[in-house]
Parts: sequence; structure tokens; C-alpha cells
Amino acid sequence: MAPNFPLILTKNMTRPDSHRLSAYTASGGYNSWKKTLKELTPDQVIQTVKDSGLRGRGGAGFPCGLKWSFVPRQSEKPKYLACNADESEPGTFKDRMLMTRDPHMLIEGMAIAAFAIDCHLAFIYIRGEFALEAIILENALAEARAAGHLGKNIYGTGYELDMMVYRGAGAYIAGEETGMLESLEGKRAHPRIKPPFPAVVGLYGSPTVINNVETLANVPAIIENGAAWFAAIGTPKSTGTKLMNISGHVNRPGVVELPMGTKLMTIINDYCGGVWHNRKLKAVIPGGSSVPVLTAAECEEVTVDYDSLAAAGTMLGTAAIIVMDETTCMVQVASRLTRFYDEESCGQCTPCREGTAWAFKILDRLVHEGGEPHEIDLLLDICDNMGGRTICALADAAVGPIKSCIEKFRPEFDYAVRHGSPMKGRMADVPGFDVTATVGARG
Amino acid sequence: MLSDKAKEEILEIKVRYPDRRSSTLPSLYVAQEDQRWLSSETIAEVAVLLEMPVRMLHEVATFYVMFETKPVGTHLVEVCDNISCALRGGEEVLQHLEQKWGIKRGQTTTDGKFSLRGAECLGACGTAPCLMIDHRYWENLTLAELDRRLATLTDDPHHTAGDLAEAPIPAVKG
Repeated sequence: MAPNFPLILTKNMTRPDSHRLSAYTASGGYNSWKKTLKELTPDQVIQTVKDSGLRGRGGAGFPCGLKWSFVPRQSEKPKYLACNADESEPGTFKDRMLMTRDPHMLIEGMAIAAFAIDCHLAFIYIRGEFALEAIILENALAEARAAGHLGKNIYGTGYELDMMVYRGAGAYIAGEETGMLESLEGKRAHPRIKPPFPAVVGLYGSPTVINNVETLANVPAIIENGAAWFAAIGTPKSTGTKLMNISGHVNRPGVVELPMGTKLMTIINDYCGGVWHNRKLKAVIPGGSSVPVLTAAECEEVTVDYDSLAAAGTMLGTAAIIVMDETTCMVQVASRLTRFYDEESCGQCTPCREGTAWAFKILDRLVHEGGEPHEIDLLLDICDNMGGRTICALADAAVGPIKSCIEKFRPEFDYAVRHGSPMKGRMADVPGFDVTATVGARG
Repeated sequence: MLSDKAKEEILEIKVRYPDRRSSTLPSLYVAQEDQRWLSSETIAEVAVLLEMPVRMLHEVATFYVMFETKPVGTHLVEVCDNISCALRGGEEVLQHLEQKWGIKRGQTTTDGKFSLRGAECLGACGTAPCLMIDHRYWENLTLAELDRRLATLTDDPHHTAGDLAEAPIPAVKG
């Protein structure tokens, strides 16, 4: 089991009605926001968050305080904060829990971040499918306004701040931060060429900070308890706790908050009841579908934090830990994920638009019919011509699963070339989901 | 034609954001809710209300998968078969519905009651397999439970599987 540590993000979630303002303030909620407005300067807030070592929880891991400090002080334009709640990375479902169980923690974190960059209108960009979550956030914002935590003259300090929820409408690429800004501006979510970075030219051409839900939800605890308290949790370079999303072939999938640096196998075995149906572990994708896969042997020693996973040749990403048992067909995994990137490529850049489509055609045929021996190398060649050659990182994300699945599970691909996938379109053996049996029984 | 209520809502949305163009997505949602799908005529009506070129709305309506630019059945069933759901039966759920209704994914039943689609990751991987019916989540599916709940859906397009307030909130672990 992990060492003792304070819960930060999930500490209120077992309270009844944890999504209500009354439950949040009963546990000291909005005290950090009061303290910020009455006692702190924007520089002090930014310095505290810098000292805490908080890094972005949306995938890239960029230092949060540093990002805030990039916003120019002397700007004639309004400054904006946009919370990225477009949770779409396959395997990731932590922000949904935060927003439904404790929306006020997010709102308070956003308020403090807004003050740090002198922003008076903030947005929560939420994926369109999260219709319920959007309503919960709207209700929470209404509660916060009514109680004076948001509004024109907050706590009598003269500071003005409001927030709006903006629903996307189904596009993975809207989770890319500049794609999100385009979508917020009411356009197609086509990522922008950088530089300029959003901190200088962002929403409506104004300086804009974009942070993930979980990143912002950490901020109230940092202001309340101090940077040193937060930095003492986790590892030196990956501070704090992390919401681990565990899905796939474990007995008890779900979200669990653990310190950065917890061993991957501890998470799988102690918190999720181990691999299901007493099967053997085959592979784990540790950070969402875009990061390279780990073999069971590689999983033994890795810990879940930015550095350990980078050293293992993969990434922390969103800590979306996708567990696969011994029945899983890795050709089918590569094919399905490539279909996802093909579907979600916005089409701006040729290497991504064409590369994902051709890679999927080859992989889909490998799964169902087999192929030519040279096509495995052709797939790797396509990958080499996609990564790093496009406006955003979607092409690099698409390359991750293809390359790592081929490199680590090559014999399965060689088999598929001759015979197709042994699973014939099913990713793995799933007990209780025998389609022929249920349909046949009904006649 | 859009209802008066929808028109009023769109005119309110028009002045809500710092830049009027941000009103495209929220307005198209209102129009779609009102008309069930976004025909060229409906999109043009929204454009007139927002005083924007039709192109600006059309390019948005055709980019995002939650905007329907073709008619859909009474109930829209979107089954996630991305990795985390596929590992726990998402593909089998899709195949089960294809066999049950005698259609392929992407098609609508002949009585117009159900449209079936595969979906990309819905962000409910801890409660896989999951699907969306009329944009509401059904999670932790078994084939038997799915059949039982589908049988409760009527021909009324406004009758969905429980209202939003009843939707399950993900469980907390640890």
C-alpha cells in the first residue's frame, strides 16, 4: 500500500451532497479564495504555485505557475482563463468525477488562477457529451454567485469575476488547447500554429491561460496549506497526488487518488483487485491511448509519475491506466486506436490526415484478412513521416500505440500478416458477452 | 421552422459572449433540440438570427459529431467501442444490437425508432462498457440489462432513459 498522504482532490467526495456549496463550505471551502483576495498579491499566488511544483494534469505536465507567469502584465486586452474540461483521451474519466462530485473545488481553483493573471471572465470548456456534468457546473456557478463567491464586488474587495460553461459538440481535437480556443470562438476546432502561444495571443486574440480541471482543483489546497506542504507529497519532480484512472481488465476499475510515484503494480493489485478472472497481465497503457504501451515485465518496477514513466519510454499523460490481460490481441488494439486517430484527425495537416487513414487501412486489413510481410515496416515508415511534422500533437499521439505495439509485440503482427488476428475483430475475450449465445437464446 | 421559444433562446445566446461568433455552437444545440436535426434550412434560419454568413454555421455543424446534419431515428444509440469499452464488451454490445435490430452500425431501424452508431471514448471508462442514448449515459452494461432498459423506451422522441438528474454519478474508490 502507498504511504500515508493527505487526500486533496477526493477529500470531500464521500460527504453526502458533495457537489453542493453547503457541503463544500462545511469543509473550509472558499477560504483559500477569501485569503487570496484579502491577503495575497497575484505575484505571491504565482510564486506559491511555482514553489509547489504543481505540473499540468492534462497530459503535457507543464509547470502550472510558470504558465501563469507568461501572461503579460501590461496588456490592454482583457485576459482570459479557460479550463479544459474536454476530457476525451481514451481511458481518462477523472475530470468527470471531479466535476460531478466536487464542482466547487474546481470553481475555487479557477477563481484563484483568474486572480493570479488578472482575469475577470473565465470559461469552462466541457465536452458536449458531458451534458449532466455541464448542468452540475451551471448549478454550482449559480450557487457561488448567489453566495458572493463570484460577482462584481467579491468579499468587498472590488474584484470582479464571473465564469461561463461552454459545451463542445463531440471532437477529440477540441481538447488540444488551441483547438479548444477555436471551438470556444465558435469555429471548427482546428489547432493553431504556435508561436504565438495562448498566454500572449489566445481567446479572442487576448492573453489566455488554459489549465486542465484536475490541475486547477489542486490550487485551493496549495494556497491553504502552502507550497512546501504540497511539494512534500509525491516525488521531487512530480509533486502532489494524482487521480489515477484505471480501466480495462481489472476486477475493480475506477478513479483513485494516490501520491505521484506510487508503483503501477500496487495500483493494479491493491487498489483495483488485480487482473480479472485470475488471468495474467499482458500489457498496460499507462497514460491514455496516446502514450506507448508497456509490457507486463516493464510494468513490474515502474512508478506512476512524470519521470519514471518517461524513463520507461512512455508518458504519465493523464494517468489513464488501461490494463490488458493475456487474451488481448495487440494488433486489434493498434488497429482500434488508429481508427480513433483517423476519425478524430481534424484534417488540416496532410501527414496526419493521410497517415492515420492509411495506417488504419493496413491495420484493419491485418486484423480481418492478413497482409504482406513488408506492410509492418510500411506502418513504421508511415509513423516516421507523421510524428513531429504537423501543427499539433495528434499525429505524434497516433504514432505512439502503433510503434510501441509493433516493437513490443512483433510476433503477433507477424502472425496477423499470415492469418489475420486470432480474435477476428474482438479485442479480447470478455466473459459474459457471448453475442451468439444471447441472440440465439432469444430466437 | 424554428419555434418561437428556440428563436428567443438563440437571440439571448447571441449577446451572451464577448464575441458573437461564440454563439454558434450553443445556438446550433438549441436549433437541434427544437428540430431534432439540422437541415440546411434550419442552419440558414440560425444564421439569419445570429446575423452571420451561413457558411460559418454550416462549417461548425458539419465538424462536430454531436450535430446531426441528416435525420436520425427517434432514439439515437451510440455505443463506445474504443479501447477501454472494447476490453469489457463494447464491441459485443454493438454486435448484439446489430443482430437484434437487423441493421449495421450507422443505420436506422425500418420503423425509424432506433439509430445505431459506434462512438469514440465517452470518458466513462471505469464503468465500461457504456453507451449514450439520446445523449444520456448508460453505464456498466450487461446485454440482459441493456435489453431490459431498451424495452422501456417508447416511440416518443422526448421519452429517454430517465432524465439527467437520475444519471449515475461515478463512484469514488479508495
